[in-house]
Amino acid sequence: MFSTPGSDIWPSPLRPIAALGRLSVEMVQGLGQFGRFFLQAAGYTVIPPFKFGRLVDRIHFIGFRSLTIVVLTGAFTGMVLGLQIFLTLSRFGSEAYLGPAVALSLIRELGPVLCAVFVTGLAGSALTAEIGIMKITEQIDALQVMALNPMRYLVVPAIVAGVITFPLLVSVFDVVGILGGYLVGVELLGLSPGTYFGEMKTFVDWSDLMTGYWKALSFGIIVPWVCTYKGFNCGHGAAGVARATTQAVVLSSVLILVWDYFLGSVLR
Amino acid sequence: MIRVQGLHKRFGLQEVLRGLDLDIATGEIMIVIGRSGGGKSVLLKHLLGLLRPDAGAVLVDGTDITRLRGRALDRVRERYGVVFQGGALFDSMSVFENVAFPLREKSRRSDAEIRGRVEEKLEQVGLGGMGPKNPAEISGGMRKRVAIARALVTEPEIVFFDEPTTGLDPILVNTIHHLIVDLHRKFRFTAVMVSHEIPEIFEIADRVAMLHDGTIVEVGPPEAVRGSAKPVVQQFIRGDIEAVPAEHHR
Repeated sequence: MFSTPGSDIWPSPLRPIAALGRLSVEMVQGLGQFGRFFLQAAGYTVIPPFKFGRLVDRIHFIGFRSLTIVVLTGAFTGMVLGLQIFLTLSRFGSEAYLGPAVALSLIRELGPVLCAVFVTGLAGSALTAEIGIMKITEQIDALQVMALNPMRYLVVPAIVAGVITFPLLVSVFDVVGILGGYLVGVELLGLSPGTYFGEMKTFVDWSDLMTGYWKALSFGIIVPWVCTYKGFNCGHGAAGVARATTQAVVLSSVLILVWDYFLGSVLR
Repeated sequence: MIRVQGLHKRFGLQEVLRGLDLDIATGEIMIVIGRSGGGKSVLLKHLLGLLRPDAGAVLVDGTDITRLRGRALDRVRERYGVVFQGGALFDSMSVFENVAFPLREKSRRSDAEIRGRVEEKLEQVGLGGMGPKNPAEISGGMRKRVAIARALVTEPEIVFFDEPTTGLDPILVNTIHHLIVDLHRKFRFTAVMVSHEIPEIFEIADRVAMLHDGTIVEVGPPEAVRGSAKPVVQQFIRGDIEAVPAEHHR
C-alpha cells in the first residue's frame, strides 16, 4: 500500500505517517537494489565469458584519462602540505620531520581520498552520463535483445578497471605529492634532501602503505559501482541523466569519506 | 508463431494493457497501430522480454517467454532482430562495427566472413561504403537503415520494428517501408511492426491490429481493418481519435 501513489486514501492526520512509511520502504528498496546490483556484478566478474576488450577500454577510460588531473592535483596537494607542515613544524623546531609528515598524510589519507574524489569527478561522472545516455537511447535494451548481458559489458569491466587503476593512480598521486613536498620543503625553504627522505624511511612502514592500498582498492570498487548503478537507473531524458550524474558524484564522494573513516579506524 | 494471451500491465495507477490477446502467424507482416501512449511500445517490450506482465502470457512457438530468465530467455532472443525507434546504434562504434557487433559477440565466424556479411547487409539497405562513418555523421534515414542492417545481420526468424519511420519525411517513410517489404520477401522473417503511419502501413502489412485502451479492438487484413464498422478504428484512420474520450470504445 505504501508504494501506491494514491496516499489520499488515508485520513489526513495519518498522511504524514503514510508518507514517512512510503519513504522508508522506498529507501530500503533502493538500498536492496543497490546491493543486488553489486552482487550481480560480482558474480559476473568470476563467471565467463569475460570481455577483455571492454576491460582494456575501461582501464583507458578511468585510468589513463585521469592521469593528467591526478599528477596535477597530486603535485599541488604535496606542495601545499609541504608549505603548511613546514611552517607548523618550524614553530617547534621540528622541520626535520617534514618528509615523514608529508608522506604519511599522503599515503595513509589524502592520496587515496583526494585521488578517488578527483577521479569520481572526472571519470565517474562520465561513466554515469555514458551509461545514462545509453539507457535513454535504448542502447541497453538493444544489448539485451541481442541476448547480450549489459552488466557484463558496462558494469563488470568498469569495476575491474577501478580495482586495477585506482591503486596505480593513488601511487602516482602519492609519489608526485611527495615530490611536490620536496620541491617546497627542500628547494624553496632550504631543508636538506637527506633529511627529507631519510626521516621518511624511518617513519613510514609497510602497514602505512597497505592502509593506503586497501583504501584505494575499496574506492576502486565503490566509485564504478555507484556511477554505473546511477547510470543504469537514471530517469527520463537529458534531465534524468543530469540528475543521475550529480547523484553519482555526490553519493560516491560521501561514501568515499564514510568508508575512509571506517577503514581508517580498522586499519590503525 | 507468437501468441499473446490475456496480457495485463499496470504502471502505478495506470493500467496500460488490459487483457490483450493477439496471434502473429509465422512469416507474416503484422503491424500494430494505435494512438501515441496507447501501449504499443509496452506490448513490444513484452514481446521482447524486456518487461514482465502482471498477468498473461507471451508464447513464442509454444514457449511462454514471460516465465523465462537468463540463458533460456537469451535462446529465444537469439531468434530475434529488433529495430528500435531511435535506432539504438552504439555511438562509440562506426556503422560497420555496429552491424558487425551481434556477429562478433554471438558467432564464431572469422573476421573475413563477418566483413563479407556486414558489407552485404549494408549494400542491401543501400549503405554500401558507409561502414567507416560514425552514426552521428549520418542522417536520420540512414541511421534507421543501419539499425535494419544490424537487426538482420544474424538472419533472425522474427524481426520487431518499433516505429521505424518516426521523424522521417514522407519520401523516406516510403523508402524504409519498401526496404522492409523487399527484405521480408527475400528472407521470409516474421515481422512485427509498431507504427502510426496511416495510411502507408496498409500497403505493406499482411495483417493490421489496432490497439486501443489496452486491448486489440480490431485485427485482420488491411482492407478489413480499413472497412471496420467500429467507430474507434474509423476515427483513428481518419485522424481524429484524440477528440474521442476513451470510455466511448469499451
